Amino acid sequence: MQFERLNAPHVRSTASVPRIMLQVLLALVPAAIAHVWYFGPGFLFNLIIATGFCVASESAMMAARGRPPEDALSDYSAIVTAALIAFALPSLTPWWVTAIASTFGIVVAKHLYGGIGFNVFNPAMAGYVVVLVAFPADLNLWVAPRMGDTDYTTLSLVETLTFTLTGGLPDALTYDAVSRATPLDLMKSGLNQMQTVEEIRALPTMGDFGGRGWEWIGNFLALGGIWLMIKRVIRWQIPLGVLAGLLVPATIAFMIDPGSNPGPGYHLFSGATILCAFFVATDPVSAATSTRGRIVYGIGIGFLIYAIRKWGAYADGAAFGVLLMNMAVPAIDAITRPRIVGHGGASRE
Amino acid sequence: MSAPTFDLGKLHGGMRLEARKSQSTTQGIRDVPIPKQLIIPLKQHVGDEAQPVISIGERVLKGQLLAEHYGSLGAPVHASSSGKVIAIEPSPVTRRYGDKAPCIIIETDGEDQAIEAWEDPVDYRELDPSSLMQKILQGGIVGLGGAVFPTAQKLMQATSGEIEMLILNGVECEPYISCDDMLMRESAASIISGARILMHAMSIEQCLLGVESDKPEAIRALEDALSTYDDDRVVLKQIPTIYPSGGEDQLIQLLTNREVPTGGLPSDVGCLVQNVGTAAAVHDWIVDGQPLLSRITTISGDGVLNPINVRARLGTPIADLVEAAGGYTDRAEVLIIGGPMTGKSISTDEVPVVKATNCVLVLSEAPSRERELPCIRCGECAEVCPVNLLPQQLYWHACADNEDKLREFGLVDCIECGCCDLVCPSHIPLTYDFRMAKARIRELEDEKARAERARRRFEAREQRLKLEERERAEELQRQKDRARKTGKAAIAEILKRKRKKDD
Repeated sequence: MQFERLNAPHVRSTASVPRIMLQVLLALVPAAIAHVWYFGPGFLFNLIIATGFCVASESAMMAARGRPPEDALSDYSAIVTAALIAFALPSLTPWWVTAIASTFGIVVAKHLYGGIGFNVFNPAMAGYVVVLVAFPADLNLWVAPRMGDTDYTTLSLVETLTFTLTGGLPDALTYDAVSRATPLDLMKSGLNQMQTVEEIRALPTMGDFGGRGWEWIGNFLALGGIWLMIKRVIRWQIPLGVLAGLLVPATIAFMIDPGSNPGPGYHLFSGATILCAFFVATDPVSAATSTRGRIVYGIGIGFLIYAIRKWGAYADGAAFGVLLMNMAVPAIDAITRPRIVGHGGASRE
Repeated sequence: MSAPTFDLGKLHGGMRLEARKSQSTTQGIRDVPIPKQLIIPLKQHVGDEAQPVISIGERVLKGQLLAEHYGSLGAPVHASSSGKVIAIEPSPVTRRYGDKAPCIIIETDGEDQAIEAWEDPVDYRELDPSSLMQKILQGGIVGLGGAVFPTAQKLMQATSGEIEMLILNGVECEPYISCDDMLMRESAASIISGARILMHAMSIEQCLLGVESDKPEAIRALEDALSTYDDDRVVLKQIPTIYPSGGEDQLIQLLTNREVPTGGLPSDVGCLVQNVGTAAAVHDWIVDGQPLLSRITTISGDGVLNPINVRARLGTPIADLVEAAGGYTDRAEVLIIGGPMTGKSISTDEVPVVKATNCVLVLSEAPSRERELPCIRCGECAEVCPVNLLPQQLYWHACADNEDKLREFGLVDCIECGCCDLVCPSHIPLTYDFRMAKARIRELEDEKARAERARRRFEAREQRLKLEERERAEELQRQKDRARKTGKAAIAEILKRKRKKDD
């Protein structure tokens, strides 16, 4: 009898990249629902546009590189990038802003570096930062969270869609009537105007810990993140590193001067903290790779978020923190290489 | 020397694999009938091929020496049943490289007649260690865990006094394989006896017997045997059921918390590891006078009807073993010698059982080879690596063929256990890639050595030529000098003669 010859091991991995990406997407679903609940349907439009442009630019780049597009599309990583961009953008974002972020992320940050596995920078954050720097005004249109403000005009589904497609509001409305400064913006400007944290926290868009609405999205993101940890899609080192890097200095500053430093709970449940800790910083391709390296990488991002929120010109610092630490990854990997068994260390007594 | 401590060490990474062993342990070990033909390879061990001492056409008896070991490393080979030698020729074997190797082919007569001159059993305790080692060598005994390193020559490391501890490996961590488990259940006393003989041969007083905690029957049998012998030098240790805890270096680490240094041997940390099957074979030879003629082999997998452990004569075709396990199922597709993690897939079942054949695994379907995707650096491979390597980095450097980096990241320390393959979401055949990279580095080293030899030869030649040239120049000078001297004298002579004539 004749048999086929194969290479060991003769058991195959059940894990797969598409499966990992789908699990990440699934983990984002509760937070996406919360996002729509609090900030209206804009999120969905952004998600659709981001997905369309991510998928289209991935296909175009694969074709340009002479490879079958389905090779890249079948791992769903472009959709994860699109979802993260949608989470990063305000619910009212003109389509071209979303399109530029998506296209830049996929074309420049991902494929010009060689595609998945070779990209130095997280594509979603690279795309987001480009539009953040290029269109600062367009990224300010966060509508007020539901139940956050009484004298506030809610946009209808059609009005939101019209804005997304044209970048214009119905004639009767002004930007001021529909948008509100984000809690992080309020905190930054308030503190600059010598208000106390106490005063700022009393504003209607503020919630129990962070911003109203944002803190609930944060809860659902954390839920999804913990599920990913249980499923071993992500490991604990990076999320915990990010949270520790942010919350430890925040707690120390809060204890020294609670009047001008918001507490750790506020930092945790505001802005992109939880999204970054569980979904962005944990992107394995652009993160450090050893166990110790990941802790260092996470702490670095967390601390950069704190530093930018506290001293920087931007209200939040997650995207910059991630990109800056992406640059440090080769150095972190080189320094934190684990000791190979049998090399130095334990020896005969 | 201070008494060594036995801290139970921890292994980095590793995996809990589905054991799949119970299917082959429901029945006791069964004998395989004598095959029509025995195919006995001359090399069933690490080292040199054994040299035939019989001739074609000769009738041989069970236990008779067929091929003798010469040289520094190797082992003799014996006839596992009686019959007529019909050929000594290359025949398919289960080797990694090259598919045919010289074998002695015996047509059996079914009488299974043993040689009478099996040596009278002697009490090994009356033998001094070196003659005991010599005797073990004659029994054709090699490591039966699969590495088939000649046992006697391994024991000789003890003569340098470096070894303080014998470790018996009863771990058997790969899925499906249960031959050691069954041996421990059925012949625990032989194993303990073998351990005592091995300790005597090395003049040491310590033996740790490591068994995975998922083998309660084996552990009970060993405990019973230990209490019978009442020998407190042998200590039974249960170790956690984690693949690959049965690797030589991994077992040492688990049992003694010592790490075998890179490129080193277990003797560097005072240990010598033998498989439990080897210990039992030593007992059979030294106490009962029976050389290594058979071994226990697991026949398992969903490609055979009735998974089982058999005691098979060395040289029995694998097909006969499968027959003993009820034959193939309709769906049998892959034939593997060894376990699913590190075993070798072979193309034909006409190859013989050799001293290394611990398992014949028949699977009903080839593991689906999904498309290889780019590495996403998820790091799962590093989490499971028992040697604490960074397989994803090694893979990167292997793709780039960066020899220096491969060395720096410890390619040589890779034990090819296959764990990284098993967790890779991109389905990269890491173990295979690392094997290839190792082979390339070996090739490069050989090439370097060859170039170095060529360079030395060239330089030597240059020097020789220079020397010859100098010698030639000196010789020429000498001739000139001589010519000048003799020339002057000759002229004077001629002038003298001329003057004489003129006078």
